Amino acid sequence: MNAVKVLVFGRVREIVAAGSVELPVPAGTTAGSILDTLAARHPELLPWRPHLRVAVNREYARDDAPVAPGDEVAVIPPVSGG
Amino acid sequence: MEPAFVDITQGRIDTERLIAAVTRPSAGGTAVFIGTTRNPSDGREVSHLVYEAYEPMALGRMSAIAAEAGARWPLIAACLVHRVGRVEPGEASVVVAVSAAHRGAAFEACRFLIDALKKDVPIWKKEVFADGERWGGP
Repeated sequence: MNAVKVLVFGRVREIVAAGSVELPVPAGTTAGSILDTLAARHPELLPWRPHLRVAVNREYARDDAPVAPGDEVAVIPPVSGG
Repeated sequence: MEPAFVDITQGRIDTERLIAAVTRPSAGGTAVFIGTTRNPSDGREVSHLVYEAYEPMALGRMSAIAAEAGARWPLIAACLVHRVGRVEPGEASVVVAVSAAHRGAAFEACRFLIDALKKDVPIWKKEVFADGERWGGP
């Protein structure tokens, strides 16, 4: 089955209890659908959903950006460096 | 501007070395921002901070915002370094150093760089208190 490894950070990493998670990528998978799938698996993420961004291949991606097997995908909670 | 020096490091940031790294005979000035761990935070006693980064993307974003600053201001050299892992109160978590022929460009670019870093670069801070912890947010 086609899948992508999704990297997670910060509070999202703690909720998922892992540094990454494998998610299926059926045809039509987008950055936004990755977030929806992850939030469905981990309901604790639902309040975070509006604040999460996705990076595809190390660039911020819009919710409708396509995701394909082999892409490097990361869930980006609100950043707080500095 | 020459390509900026960007780094993410586990250890203490050597501010003197970074200032030296951007100092040039042609530079009339160097502006430096040092971000340090604040204690207390919102009235709570901070034990320490823990930072984590999505390193390859964070380094890419840091290089990109430095290049943007180099396009907007006549800079000579710039460096951005962020620390990850455990940081004690009072220690530097981030240092930005910018040199330019004249101080105006150095000050403005330094301000732009720390603001852009805080807004864009995938780095996260967790404050650890005596009685709990909190992830930073918007």
